[in-house]
Amino acid sequence: MSEQFEPVIIGFTCNWCSYRAADMAGTARIKYPPNIRLVRLMCSGRLDPTFVLKALSEGADGVLITGCHPGECHYLEQNYKALRRYRLLRKTIAQMGIEPERIKLVWASAAEGVQLAREITTFVEEIRALGPLRWPVRLAAIERQETAVAEEVAA
Amino acid sequence: MSKEQNQPQDSKERIGVYVCHCGSNIAGVVDVEDVAVWAKEELGDEGVVVSRDYKFMCSSLGQEMIENDIKEQGLSRVVVAACSPHLHEATFRTACERAGLNPYLSELVSIREQVSWVHTDKEKATEKAKAMIAGGVERVIENEPLEPLRVPIHPATLVVGGGIAGIQTALEIADAGYQVYLVEREPSIGGHMAQFDKTFPTLDCAACILTPKMVSVGEHPNIELLTWSEVERVEGYVGNFSVTVRKRPRYIDTELCTGCGICWEKCPKKVIDEVFEQGLGYRTAVYTPFPQAVPKYPVIDTESCIFFDNGKCKACEKLCPTGAIDFDQKEEILLLEVGNIIIATGFDTFDARRIPEYGYGRLANVFTSVEFERMCNAAGPTNGEVVLRDGVTKPEAVGIVHCVGSRDRNYNNYCSVICCMSSLKFAHLVKERTGAEVYNFYIDMRTAYKDYDEFYQRVMEEGVLFVRGRVAEITDATRNPGEEGKLVIQVEDTLAGRQRRIPVDMAILSVGLQPPSDTKEVAHRFGISCSASGWITEKHPKLDPVATMTEGIFIAGAIQGPKDIPTSVAQGAAAAARVLGRINMGEMYLEPIRATVDPEKCSGCRICNNLCPFGAIIFHEDLMVTEINHALCQGCGTCVAACPAGAISGTGFSNEQVLSQIEGLLAYSFPKDFELVEMVPA
Repeated sequence: MSEQFEPVIIGFTCNWCSYRAADMAGTARIKYPPNIRLVRLMCSGRLDPTFVLKALSEGADGVLITGCHPGECHYLEQNYKALRRYRLLRKTIAQMGIEPERIKLVWASAAEGVQLAREITTFVEEIRALGPLRWPVRLAAIERQETAVAEEVAA
Repeated sequence: MSKEQNQPQDSKERIGVYVCHCGSNIAGVVDVEDVAVWAKEELGDEGVVVSRDYKFMCSSLGQEMIENDIKEQGLSRVVVAACSPHLHEATFRTACERAGLNPYLSELVSIREQVSWVHTDKEKATEKAKAMIAGGVERVIENEPLEPLRVPIHPATLVVGGGIAGIQTALEIADAGYQVYLVEREPSIGGHMAQFDKTFPTLDCAACILTPKMVSVGEHPNIELLTWSEVERVEGYVGNFSVTVRKRPRYIDTELCTGCGICWEKCPKKVIDEVFEQGLGYRTAVYTPFPQAVPKYPVIDTESCIFFDNGKCKACEKLCPTGAIDFDQKEEILLLEVGNIIIATGFDTFDARRIPEYGYGRLANVFTSVEFERMCNAAGPTNGEVVLRDGVTKPEAVGIVHCVGSRDRNYNNYCSVICCMSSLKFAHLVKERTGAEVYNFYIDMRTAYKDYDEFYQRVMEEGVLFVRGRVAEITDATRNPGEEGKLVIQVEDTLAGRQRRIPVDMAILSVGLQPPSDTKEVAHRFGISCSASGWITEKHPKLDPVATMTEGIFIAGAIQGPKDIPTSVAQGAAAAARVLGRINMGEMYLEPIRATVDPEKCSGCRICNNLCPFGAIIFHEDLMVTEINHALCQGCGTCVAACPAGAISGTGFSNEQVLSQIEGLLAYSFPKDFELVEMVPA
């Protein structure tokens, strides 16, 4: 395949800051790559690490977590909890053999449409360099190889 | 792919998908007809029974389309793919409600701000729109019918800050018949406007137009005036706030004090008044900040009072005819119950010492705008005479510098809005009171509002000289003949195209406006936020300038951003109108996004207990389970995410909803023939 690898990225945004930043990028017609699909949560603190793992296990190549800047969370301090979970999550997926760089946390306030678009563009390229994760496909390929090996052994 | 596979066919939801063209805003990039057809074909198994595209879904016809389909096709879920939920989520929810479908069983998927406006590749944009809709469809299946929460609205209101905006807002609410608590940190209300001499463009005497309003506040039966006080703590939520106010001791018994003024006339201890007189004049240890102070009761400044220092003097106590001096007075802590809060804490000015090139604080005859206001004020330190720092000499030439600390990347990047007009006002006042030559050094003349430009023209006709250029330096290091004993203003005259050194006797720096120094702490106390430049963030800069993101908390006046008096008054009135509307309704509906603990699943691990900044999480020791108070819960979902047992569910953003959305988004994000090459290690 000579086609360039197009990463698929899931982004989590918070209703008050980063989702509004994404809206602002839209209103200002700032362009960024279509590789990302955004999920709106009320707060970055809502981010259950399971959501990130779900995204990766369903085939996403990377996950971008966004929220209000520290000190500016609409719910006062919940973005700090998101930060704690993110740190631990990164360590956890490294233990599972997945590059920790596939998960990234950026803060974006409601006025920072330009910055958010830039972060998305950068992250898409970072994931492109890492290559595909595509967990379900990868898993299927591993299983196929295991079956092939088993048959070879049996024969 | 979803739980539907485990359920019998007839329990599937009946979903309607509506793809909006938004004129060409969406249709110009996304192939909306293709998307609508695709939704019916590909997502039919998920329950999509109707899929349409239409020019403007938010129009009456668009909404009717949804309503008709709900009634005729028996839809149980609706997905609209259009603009941002921040714009029209309410519109489509209401349409569903009109047709008899619970409004929370609809989803608005953004394919405009999130797709058509930010991507250029039409094919990829269309593919992304499909994936976003699939995400929305999978999510909406998991939506549950919800009822908005009704909260009662307490009819009392707290106003923080007694400047012109706070005064206006308090009067409007009180005049409508409702209780107002007005908390002001200084001994008197009036704010900065009380310090001014004249106001532009009418040249009204500031005190003359302000004091009647101040008196109305002082006398109003519905306003409880709490000066020399500060808000310590705020708890609760819209309609039901509990506010703790610390009322500092004045050491004056206000029941007995008549405001006669003997105490401060006779007080032997004089100190420089740094606050009201900006360091240009004196006050006594027991003082009122200015003669027309409301309330009229003085305060004793314990830092300068002789009695509080060494136990001697007590002149005020001896001379007070009503025995109102009370050195043992203690502070009072008040607990106020209010329904809404309006914050009108005004502004501070830029500290001109930060620009050493201008010489403020080093060169005697460099003044700030606020100092000059005090000088011009007839009740001020020079009785209204425009004189040099020696208090006697009249200036022969005065330079007025615009944009000090404003429009400057080194200090404050923004424009402070009022300084051009006040600089013109100063120019006029100098001309009026002296025979001096007046120079205004400006970058642009910002005289945009009613009668402002006419005022500018008038000042020009009065013979004031205008130099367009940002002043580089104000110095007493003279070089040329004619500069001896003068201050020299070094400036590039951009219209003449050359550097100029202009000798003056007095320089007035029009310092910019800044948020009060403790605004960040104050905002945090109320649960609202500040922007990067420190002003409090409004809900929407164009469409909602007096509300904040926190329901029940409003802002008015300069705290939202630099502005003049008429705009501050208008905002004060606007905030009052919003609050009065709420009080009139008597109750409000809040978004039913709340967390609930299932006591059956809760193991009492208490991991969630420390996560709530709103105090909504309560642990029952006797039952060993946690409970969440729905009234205090703000719906952030942090506890939902934290619970290891999954015992906490969050309505509106449940785990099922989000996980399904992720599934939907990813199910249609990959090309069907994607093969991983060399993925498996050898």
